[in-house]
Order: sequence, then C-alpha cells, then structure tokens
Amino acid sequence: MAELMSGFGCFTHAMVRAVPQSLARDALRSGGLEVDLLKVQEEYEEYVSVLKHRLGLEVLELPADEALPDCVFVEDAAVVCGDTALVCRPGAQSRRRETEAVKAALTELGLNIVEMTDESATLEGGDVLFTGREFFVGLSKRTNQRGAEILADTFKDYAVSTVPVQDALHLKSFCSMAGPGLIAIGSSEAAQKALKIMQQMSDHRYDKLTLPDDSAANCIYMNLPSKGDVLLHCTPEEFPESAKVSHTHTHTHTHTHTHTHTH
Amino acid sequence: MTTEVGSDTDVKKEPEKVPEVQQQTDQPDEPADSAASASADQPQEESQSAEAKSDQEASPSPEPSSPPAAGGQKKEKGISRFLPPWLKRQKSQSQDKPDESSAPPKQESVEVVKEEQEETNQPKEEVDGGGAVTTSTEQTEEVKEVREESRAEELQPEEKEREEEKSIGSADTQPVREEKEDESEMEEKEEEKKEEEKKEEGKKEEEKKEEGKKEEEKKEEGKKEEEKKEGKKEEEQVIQQEASVLSTLKVNKKMKMVVCHVTLLDGSQFSCEVEKRAKGQYLFFQVCDHLNLLEKDYFGLSFKDNAEQRCWLDVTKEIKRQIRNSQWQFVFSVKFYPPDPSQLTEDITRYLLCLQLRQDIASGRLPCSFVTHALLGSYTLQGELGDHDPEEHRLDYISDFQFAPNQTKELEEKVVELHKSHRGMTPAQADAQFLENAKKLSMYGVDLHHAKDSEGVDIMLGVCSNGLLIYKDRLRINRFAWPKILKISYKRSNFYIKIRPGEAEQFESTVGFKLPNHRAAKRVWKVCVEHHTFFRLVSPEQPTKTKFLTLGSKFRYSGRTQAQTRQASSLIDRPAPAFQRTSSKRISRSLDGAPVVNVSDYSQADGAGENSPALELNSDSKSKLRVQGENIYVRHSNLMLEDLDKTQEDVLKHQASISELKRSFMEATPEPRPSQWDKHLTGSPATTLRLQTHGVPQNTPPRPGTDSRDASKSAEVKPEGNEVIEVVEETVVIEEVVKAKPKSSTPEASVPVETEVKEERSLSSDSESEDEAEYHAQPPSTSISTQQIKEEPEEEQEAELSQQAPPSAIESQPSAEAADPGPAAEEEKAAQPHEEERTDKPLLTPDEAPNGHAPQGEAPPSPQTAAADEEEPHIVNGSASRVETEHLPQVICCSEPPVVKTEMVTISDTFAAQKTEISTKEVPIVHTETKTITYEAAQLDGNGDGEPGVLMTAQTITSESLCTTTTTHITKTLKGGQSETRIEKRIVITGDSDIDHDQALAQAIKEAKEQHPDMSVTRVVVHKETELAEDED
Repeated sequence: MAELMSGFGCFTHAMVRAVPQSLARDALRSGGLEVDLLKVQEEYEEYVSVLKHRLGLEVLELPADEALPDCVFVEDAAVVCGDTALVCRPGAQSRRRETEAVKAALTELGLNIVEMTDESATLEGGDVLFTGREFFVGLSKRTNQRGAEILADTFKDYAVSTVPVQDALHLKSFCSMAGPGLIAIGSSEAAQKALKIMQQMSDHRYDKLTLPDDSAANCIYMNLPSKGDVLLHCTPEEFPESAKVSHTHTHTHTHTHTHTHTH
Repeated sequence: MTTEVGSDTDVKKEPEKVPEVQQQTDQPDEPADSAASASADQPQEESQSAEAKSDQEASPSPEPSSPPAAGGQKKEKGISRFLPPWLKRQKSQSQDKPDESSAPPKQESVEVVKEEQEETNQPKEEVDGGGAVTTSTEQTEEVKEVREESRAEELQPEEKEREEEKSIGSADTQPVREEKEDESEMEEKEEEKKEEEKKEEGKKEEEKKEEGKKEEEKKEEGKKEEEKKEGKKEEEQVIQQEASVLSTLKVNKKMKMVVCHVTLLDGSQFSCEVEKRAKGQYLFFQVCDHLNLLEKDYFGLSFKDNAEQRCWLDVTKEIKRQIRNSQWQFVFSVKFYPPDPSQLTEDITRYLLCLQLRQDIASGRLPCSFVTHALLGSYTLQGELGDHDPEEHRLDYISDFQFAPNQTKELEEKVVELHKSHRGMTPAQADAQFLENAKKLSMYGVDLHHAKDSEGVDIMLGVCSNGLLIYKDRLRINRFAWPKILKISYKRSNFYIKIRPGEAEQFESTVGFKLPNHRAAKRVWKVCVEHHTFFRLVSPEQPTKTKFLTLGSKFRYSGRTQAQTRQASSLIDRPAPAFQRTSSKRISRSLDGAPVVNVSDYSQADGAGENSPALELNSDSKSKLRVQGENIYVRHSNLMLEDLDKTQEDVLKHQASISELKRSFMEATPEPRPSQWDKHLTGSPATTLRLQTHGVPQNTPPRPGTDSRDASKSAEVKPEGNEVIEVVEETVVIEEVVKAKPKSSTPEASVPVETEVKEERSLSSDSESEDEAEYHAQPPSTSISTQQIKEEPEEEQEAELSQQAPPSAIESQPSAEAADPGPAAEEEKAAQPHEEERTDKPLLTPDEAPNGHAPQGEAPPSPQTAAADEEEPHIVNGSASRVETEHLPQVICCSEPPVVKTEMVTISDTFAAQKTEISTKEVPIVHTETKTITYEAAQLDGNGDGEPGVLMTAQTITSESLCTTTTTHITKTLKGGQSETRIEKRIVITGDSDIDHDQALAQAIKEAKEQHPDMSVTRVVVHKETELAEDED
C-alpha cells in the first residue's frame, strides 16, 4: 500500500443477498408496478453468475431473510471505502435490521467497522456516490444531514458534499460512476440538476455519460485486478463505450463495493 | 554562492544596455544630487527613512530641502528597479526616434503642463528649498526644448541607478544572504556615493554617524543606534532589493530596536532585532534568510492580536502598526498551500511545508483517516530518522512524534510497520511522498472561518486555492470557485460574495455571511483576496504574462502570485542547500540539550498553524472608522478571459520572452504587486467617465503635470521632500487610457494607452479624496460601490477617499449615483478627516482635471500615427516619475504648498505601439501578448480630440485589494469611422508611509502594458498625497 486514496482501488469481493419471497408483496416501492418475482430471481441469478464467473470476483452471498423484504438491496446497508466499512442506518424503519448480516459479513472480511449509533441519523448506501476522489451524499427521504456527517467523520480523507435529491428514491437512482472520473447520469430534470450541483461542489472535473433513462444510469464500475476496467450495466440498449462490458439484466443492484487498495 | 554570482551577472546583463550609457551620466548626477542635498547626512537618512519619517519633526526646515532630493533619487532608483526592462529601453528608443506624428501633440501638452508645474513649483521651492525647485524647472525646460536629449542625459543617470539597484536586487534575490553581504556592501556604497558622494564605506558610515548625531541630535540616540541603523539599512537594502521595495530603505535613525521572536516550523525560536518602524518585510526576510528559504512566497508571518486571533503580518506595512500593543511574537508558517508540492523547486521548501502539515495534522486542523495518519507518520519517520533500525528504533522511538491528534498505540504500531517498508527512501523522497498524500486530503490548504449563513445557521467558510468552500459541520454544502465569484466584499461583520450568473440565470446574485465581528469579516475577505490573487491566475499551460494579469491583486506579503513565484523559483540556481531535518522530536531524542521540546514545539506550531488571514485589523488605530467602510474586491472575468484567449503565436511569443521575464522577476521583486495591479487593471473596464476623471486628475495637481519625459519633474519630485515630513498617507492613482484603432494598419501602434499616475502627498488628503471619488463613481457602474481599501492603518485615508468620492462621482457621470452611498458610509466613519479633505479637495480637483485632459486629448492623435517609440519612452518616464525619485527624467513637476504638500506628477505620452525591433526585444512582455481589447468602434475619447465621436459603450469597474483601489473605465467611441477603445485606470493606493509608490507605479505600468500589449500607455499621472501625520509612533 504505497498510496492512499488511489481512487477506487481494486475490486476483489462482491456481496449479494438472495431475494426473499416477501419482496413481491412487502417490499417498499415507489411505483405501483407489480413485481415479477420470478423475473427478479432470474436477474439475480445472472447477476451473481456474472460477478462470479465472468468477473472472477469472490462473491459473498448472504441468505435472504423473509422478515426483510428489501434485503436484496445490500448496497444500502453499508458503505465501504478503503479498509473501512460504515454500517448504515437505513431511513426506512423496515430495513434497519438488514445491516446486521451485512455487518457480520464485512467484519469477517477484516474491515474496520464503523457503526452509526446516532438515533437521529439515517443513511442508505444508495445515496452515497464515491467518485474515487470524494463523496457525494444525496439528501433524500432515506438519508439525512446527520447521516452524511457521520459518513464524513468516517472517511476523513475525502470531501463529502451533500446533494439534494428530489423526485427519486436515492441519489444513485439516476447516477453512478461509469469509470474513473466518469459519471453516468440520467436525463431527467432531477438527475441533471443533481449533476450540476455535484459539478459545482467538486474541485475535480468529471466527464459525464448521459443516458436517456435514469435507471440506466445506475451501473457498476469496477477496477478488477485481472480484467482492468469493467462496467456492469443494464441491458445493452444505449450503452456505447466501455471497452469491456458485461451485460446483466439487473435493475436492482444487490452488491457492495469492496475496495482494497493495492498497489 | 557561485550560483548567486552567476545569477547576478545575468540579471545585470539585461539592464546594462541602457545603463552603460547612463552610468556615465549618472556619476555626474550623483554629485549634483549630493550638492543639492547640501545637508548631506540628513538627506541620506531622510531618503532612507523617507516615508517612514517618524521622528524628523525636530528638524523640519533643513530636512525638507535636502531630503527631497535625496528621497527623490532613491525613489527613482526604486522605480528604476521596478521598471521593466522594456520601459528603460523605450526611453532609449525615444531618444533614437524623435517624435513623429505623435511627438507634436506631446510637446504641446508638455508645455502646458510646464507652465502649470512651474507655477506650482514655486510654492514647493519655498517649502522644500530653491535648489530642488530650480532643478526641476530646468529639467522641464530642457524637456520642452529637447526631449530627446534631456531624456538621454538626465534619464540615463536615473536609469543607471535603477539598473544598478536592479542588478543588486537581482543578485540578492537569488543568493543566500550571507554571501550577499559583500554585494550589499557594494550596494550601500553606491547609494552612499549617490547621496553623499562618499566613496568609502567605512568613511561614509563614520561620517554619517557623526553627522547624523550632530544634525539630528533630537533624533539621535547614539552612535550605536546609528550603527545599528546602518546595519539595518544594509540588511534592509538587501531585503528591499529582494523584495524590490524601496520603502524599507527608508529607515529613521531615530528608530529604536526591538527584538522579535519568531516561532519557526520546527518549533524552534528565532530572535532578531528589528527597528521599531521596520516593515513586516524586513522581519520576514530575516526569517527566510535564517531558514535559507528562497521560495518564500508560500509562507508568512502571523501574530496574535489582542483578541487572540491570529493575523497575518502584512509584509508591506510596519510591524508596529499591525501588532499594536501585542508582543513582538510571531509565527512563521505556510500561508498558501501549493496544490502540487511537487512543483516546488527546492527540497527545503517541501520540507518546511511538511513541517507545517505535520502541525496541521497533529492539531487536527487537517483531518485524516487512521490509515492516512499511519502512512503520513511513516513518511515522517523515514524523513526524520532514515531507515528503520530494529536495534535503535525500539517501540518507544516514535513516542516523541505526534502523528495524530489522538495518537493510539495501534496507530504507532501501524506507523512503525509502514516505516519499515520505506527502507532506502531518502529524506527528500519521504517528504515528497508525504506531500503527495497530504495534498489529496480534502482539507489540505483550506483556511476555515466560523460564520453563519443568512438564516443564522452555523457554517464554516473555507478559503482555498480553488475558491471558497462552505461547510456545515463536516459537510461541504456549497462551493464557489474563483471564476464564479465576481466580487468579494465585506461590510461590518458581513461578508459578501457576488456570484456570476449561471447559464440560465440572468442576474448576478450576492451571497452574504455573518461573521462573528468586523475583524473576522475583514480577515476572511483578506484571505479570499489573497488566495484569489495568488492562485487564481495560475494556469500551468501559460506561464506567461497572462497569469500575472489574471491574478490580480493583492498580495501584499510576497506580492507574488503562484505563477510568478514558480517562474522566479525556476530561476533558482543554487546547489541544494543543506539543511537539518531537525524534526523537533528527533532532536529531543538524540540531543538532550535540544532547546525546544518536540511536544512543546508542536503545540506552538499548532498555534502558528492556525490560519489567520487578517493582517491589519489590529494595527490600525483608525480602524474603528473603517469598520463601517466596505471593501470590495472585484474580479473582472471578461478582461481576464480576453487575456486567456491568446493565439498560439502569442503563446510562442510569450515563451520566447519567458527567460527575460524570469530575469525581470528575479531582478525586480516588484512582481507581487504587479499581480495586484494586473487584477485591478483587468478588472476595471473604463467607461466614458474617463474623460472626466482624466481631466480631474491632470488638472488637479497643484504641480502641473508635465510630460513624463521631463526629467525636471522627477527632480521636482524629490523636492517633495515631503518625505522629510512624515507621510501619513499615500495615494497613487493610475489611470490608463487605451485607445485601440481597429482600422490602423498597425493595430498595436494605433492603440495608445494612457496611464495616469498621480501621487500627491499632502497633509490633507485632498488628492485622495478626489481619487476616491472617482473611484466610487466607477464602482457603481461596474459593481456595487466599493470603498476603499482595507488598510486599516490608513483609516483616515480611507475616510478621505470616501469623502472625496462624492465629488468624483459628480464628475463621473455614470457612477455618481452609485458612488454616493459608499462615500457616505465612509464619511461617517471618519468625520474628522473629511473636513480637512474637503477643504483641500476642491482646490485639487480643478487643477488635476485640466492637466489630465490636455494630455489625453493629445494622446489620441498620436496613437493613430502609430509612433510606438514615443509611447515607450513615455512609459519609461512615467515610471521614473512615479518612482518619485527626483531624478526621474520625464517627471513633469511638483509643487508643494508650504503647509500642505502635494505633488503632482503627470506623464502623458502619445505614441503608437512600439514597432521597433529593439522595443520588442526588450519589452518581451508587452509584445508577447498580442491580445487587443476588441471593442469596436471607438475613437480616442474626446478628451483632447476636436472630434466629439460617438460613445459606443462605457464600462467602469472597480476593484479593491488590501491597499489599492483600482478603477477602470473602458470607453468605446466611434469617431470618424474609427473606433477607439480607451481604458483609463485609476489606482489609488492607500497605505502607511511605507507604501512604495515607485514600485506600485512601476507595477501598474507594467501590468497595464502586459494586459493590453496592443495599446499604448499615453499618460501616467502620479498623484501622491501625504499627510504630515502625526504618527504617535
């Protein structure tokens, strides 16, 4: 480890959690659309398969918990950067206990665990965008100022800027990192507005990859030791670049980025 | 040392061309000067102390006569230093090339000026002494009759002196102090010769001492003091040369010595004796010399004011005035954190930065994660202790180091573990690695200030190299990059930033913050202005002038922008200085006797580490008045953008001239200020108002402004001897008028730039008032009213300015309305000053106006003719005059009334761009930028032109920095199918007696040239006001 804050570091592990049956019936939903559980499970299988076999990641698969209908979205349960994992405190009451299993798994990986003990703080990983140089935290229904502060206290090396999120569940509902210094962003007004704020707040310059669909802007960029830069994104509809792209039908990201700085 | 010598020679080479010729003349001049000074000893003292003049009250009569001359000379010298090489050459060129088309007009104007000057001069004679006056008049006459000749002869001496000084200065800058001693001695000799004709230093010193005692019995405290003073003088000279600030030279023998204690970054204490009246610069350079630090622009000295707030010491001001009643205890620390430390030239600089950052980290000011603490700590160990030695480095070997605010055993173990992995890494490499990691920390170099937002919510304002950051708790909730900020101001305890409208927005918005108190507001404001100046213009790709221009203003300490500093440091050519990494801890460990305990050191360092922006708040007694005042710092994006839009050719040109620039940098330290000026200049687009403003300034001078060319004026300036009298306030107004003629085949030539610089010194700050007035007027148009400058010490001055503003506003049509409010506020602050000022003002204004107008009118035609030569010469002259040195060849004239001393120096030249090869070569800077202000259709404004012309557009921009207020009027006029763009800049410098007008003027001219290479400077008027102030000091 010769250098700190070396961007994303390398991705070695992926954490996923199986889909509970209760997802279709009890999961929190912003839209009124019916959830096709079978379809979800298919996508999940493929997603895990890609992570495991095509990308060669070590996948930690947590068992589903029927009492936690949204547990498949492990991203919201923790934020991992460097050797530290911040266990979140989800804004949705029904999701609070999702962190238990995640925390245990992360502890097992040898990460330094930081927990949010402040009862007034809420933070969900879906609102946390790590660009490799800094954090953006969406202030949404699920994440509040206090939660962002704790994140800033946890990752002191980085600037943590807050971004108001409107008309979307999470900050990363319409954006994500598509590569080093490249932000994938949706076309909606809310998305563009958020991007503008992020650009203004940052000392760094980011390229942007604008996608017609907000949901398409939610992808996973990984720097893999064996394969280099990899972008995991939704179906191949409007995705151009990214030299090495894997396709996955997953509009639900169930994973946690695990960065380990190596060099 | 060898390297130093080499550098010196290099520097000298450039200047030499002109100087050589001049030197011959110089020698003769020197004697004459000495003769004129008559009372020899005092003059020297006076000249040296010059503006400082605290004590000379006792012997007023004699001093005035002799001192003026001496002071003038010195000033000129100083000016010469500052003068860019091109200016000098211009003079020479002018000689070669008689006036073509442009010449006639100039002459006429000159004559007019002469008459006025003569009239004005008479009063001065009475006051100052016949000798000086006569000389001045004679010079003016000569100028009239034979400009060229006069320039050649008279100017040459000055130039020589200047050059000499420059060479000296250049030498000093690069080298280490110790070695410099010899040089400094030489320098002293030269100066002494000039002043007293004494050839031998020893003799000189003795004589001086004796004479000084006799004459200055009142002042005299003893030979010792004098000796000390001399010693100081020497040191100061060196420093000054480095800094290119003449003011330091002016040291009163009377001054008492004070011991300053400076806490260094390694925790050790450095003590140094300083004259009570010494400027911050002196102490700062002493410290830097002690540290063997050349890249000093990133650093600064701070002290704690009565409120225990950390304040930056303004290098350009007297220490005593800043620290007030506080102890002479200072802390040396990093002021501007370089975003990329790897670009620093020397390891020693990086080491010092490391020490600062270690303090910042240990104190918690620079937060970082556990891992980062460990990593940085391991580099610290590697740098301080070398490779990990299992036998020697036991577990507790690092217990003396503090790697984090809360250091745990776990952390120490991690540090040791990492330390082991750095085997083989040299200390310099370890430092570099340390910095490479530290610089990425989000709070690196962020200067935090407590504040409240408009809703009363507690926030933090973070000033950094990129702009202003707003934090709430640990979260960044907003960020305003420098390019996004149009104006920075503060009023009372409120701090405002005006934001450039976004793409979709039509209107500018202003964001206000509430600071705990006025001082805090001012501190933030200052820090912002300084950081903006230092960092904003830096564009790695374009090392050229552009950067300077962009950078803008204020930076009083080093005066240099980062770009400038980088250029200067790129010239550093010395073997890597050996220095001890006496990490305090390490010393303590290895050496029991180590004076400073590491731990203690840190604590001290921590205190130092605090960023306290405000410099002057404490010092000024008058500050109270000021509190009401509002300071506004304006950045003009448009102009800056233009500068940036250089063509590749331009860039190439720039590069070609870079070497010269570098030399000039090293030679003339003035750079820092230039940046300020640049900003000002760029910032303020002139508007139609200019005409009025111009007229005012020109006429005002009791001493009619003559052509800058006239050496006589310079001579007269000396008489100003006001220096003898204590100068309380000084104001420098620089107005530039740039006329661009699109049609002219040679655009450059066609575009004349008029620069008016006025310096007036008077008990009453009449001139200032006027300046301010104009100033205020302008502000309205461009941006919100700005008031003056922030120098607290000169509160009175400020007040005056504000008061004056009203009148100016009237004169200036557009801005008048806006101006009114500002002035009023200021008036409230300083009621007393106002009265005085008011009385004086009326008189001054009328005079100034006439003078200014005449020159301008003439100027327009010249530009068209495209006689570049003349312009340059003028500029040169102008600079010289501005120097105030009496020698200035072209200085027009100065008349000083008995009671109120006001000197008006007006230099007006009409000329086309300089096409001469020589000029181009010599004036790399100017030519380098081909950028032209592209305002369509504008004729010269109608000042002198018979043709009325149609006013196309008019803009007024006002910007303020610490001590300077710049108002720029940009006027586009359509005349007879030709469009002219005229840029008139008025720069008001408010400051203590310490202000170096010469440097300021030189800077202004230089900047103007750089900013608008295509335009020519047609007029320079220096208006200086000085109060006999009664400094209680």
